[in-house]
Amino acid sequence: MLELQGIRKSMGGQEVLRGVNLRVGPAERVVVIGRSGCGKSVMLRLIMGLLQPEAGSVVFEGKKLTGLSEEEWNPYRRKIGMLFQGAALFDSLSVFANLAFPLREQGERSEEVLRQKVAEALRIVSLSGTEEKMPAELSGGMKKRAALARAIISRPEIMLYDEPTTGLDPIVADSINRLILHLGKMFGMASIVVTHDMVSARMVGDRISYLHEGKIYFEGTPDQVDHCQDPLVRDFVRGHAEGIGITG
Amino acid sequence: MGRVLHLAGKVGAVFTDSCRTAGAVFLLLGDTLRSMVQYRLRWDQIFEQMYFIGIRSQVVVLTTGAFTGAVFAAQVWFQFKRFGMESAIGPTVSIAMCRELGPVLCCLLLAGRVGAAMAAELSSMKITEQVDALRALGVYPTEYLIVPRFLALVISAPILTGLALVTGIGCGYFVAVKIFGVDGAYYWDNTIKFTDSKDVFIALIKSFIFAIIISAIACHKGMNCPPGTAGVGKTTTEAVVNASLCLLIVNFFLTVLLNALLYSN
Repeated sequence: MLELQGIRKSMGGQEVLRGVNLRVGPAERVVVIGRSGCGKSVMLRLIMGLLQPEAGSVVFEGKKLTGLSEEEWNPYRRKIGMLFQGAALFDSLSVFANLAFPLREQGERSEEVLRQKVAEALRIVSLSGTEEKMPAELSGGMKKRAALARAIISRPEIMLYDEPTTGLDPIVADSINRLILHLGKMFGMASIVVTHDMVSARMVGDRISYLHEGKIYFEGTPDQVDHCQDPLVRDFVRGHAEGIGITG
Repeated sequence: MGRVLHLAGKVGAVFTDSCRTAGAVFLLLGDTLRSMVQYRLRWDQIFEQMYFIGIRSQVVVLTTGAFTGAVFAAQVWFQFKRFGMESAIGPTVSIAMCRELGPVLCCLLLAGRVGAAMAAELSSMKITEQVDALRALGVYPTEYLIVPRFLALVISAPILTGLALVTGIGCGYFVAVKIFGVDGAYYWDNTIKFTDSKDVFIALIKSFIFAIIISAIACHKGMNCPPGTAGVGKTTTEAVVNASLCLLIVNFFLTVLLNALLYSN
């Protein structure tokens, strides 16, 4: 369904991705883990076409997306949803207007249809009744859920989650994880979840890929990752700093 | 020798950086014009921006225009009365307001008020990933964010300048005639006699070009904001300073060019 082939990308003069290969099948949930700054979010932005790789390509449904113009990208972007790390709700618009935004952009003009679809999306993320609220009035978890509702309202075929549980308390983080699972099952969406939260990774991932020094260093099921004896993977999974030379 | 080379290097770096920025501003301007043709115009957003830029700026622009005209009339009266030229105050005030003071001061205020708001709003959207979210939802940011601001400013600035001219000339009349006792009939007669429609055209064309400069620089700064909240402050300040300086420099060349074109005979 989606494939990254030898993606290379530099940011600020430093090569962060050095030939990433990743494949995501239909309805598959792939979690990409890795240390902060290793290029996980950059990878998602490359998939979404928000950045262009220096080498390699993104292939979606057999079509090579790399090198397309902004206008050529747009039809594909409508098939790919993205939940941003900071939710990225438009703060000048109400929750209703935020959710209706992608539908209006796709040409939906009927207020009744918009109301109905927004109410349905908000019900899925357990935010019914918040239509008239402004993003500033929502908590961090509510913002994430509202942003998720906006991302899924036009039923994308694949969802990209950028650190979906970062900055949330464990209960809210758990609700987001359940939502990711629920959406995947409900709509048959494939997902790529970027996180360094191992609880989240184990819970939502069919497959976990460990990104290290710009490449996919290890790939396996959550169980295989948990039992991996490679010191780099083991230290990351267990949250040990000794492996990288930091010992209190 | 080493110091000279170091200084030359620094000057060169500033020059190339300025050229790069100017190039980026022109590219953004070109992209804005292309987007205006390629995409449907979002009139709701254009009117919303026009309300913010046009209606909400009226008080500050009218006050500036009024007091500029009043102060200029007073200064001219103090100088001209020594030569018995009080009747020349009217055209002097009106031509100065039309050709320079009206468009320059009005647009400097717009650079401060509107340019700062544009840069701050866009840079906030940039650092909170809202610009990326727009693209992720299949919307081209130039079309959605920049075109309405650009059009609203290039439409509003000449209208505001026109209002500033009217209040400035009106207040100049009030100061000269009602306070300093200049003959009102002479004042108006000379004002109308010596103020050409070309003078008003100069005011409008200058404010139109200044509006392009302000919106292009403010939007460029906003869309290229460095990460972090400190970046928003820096971007906003740079947008206002750069737009104001650019406006003053361009004003000189416009003055020379427009005078050469309109008053060559």
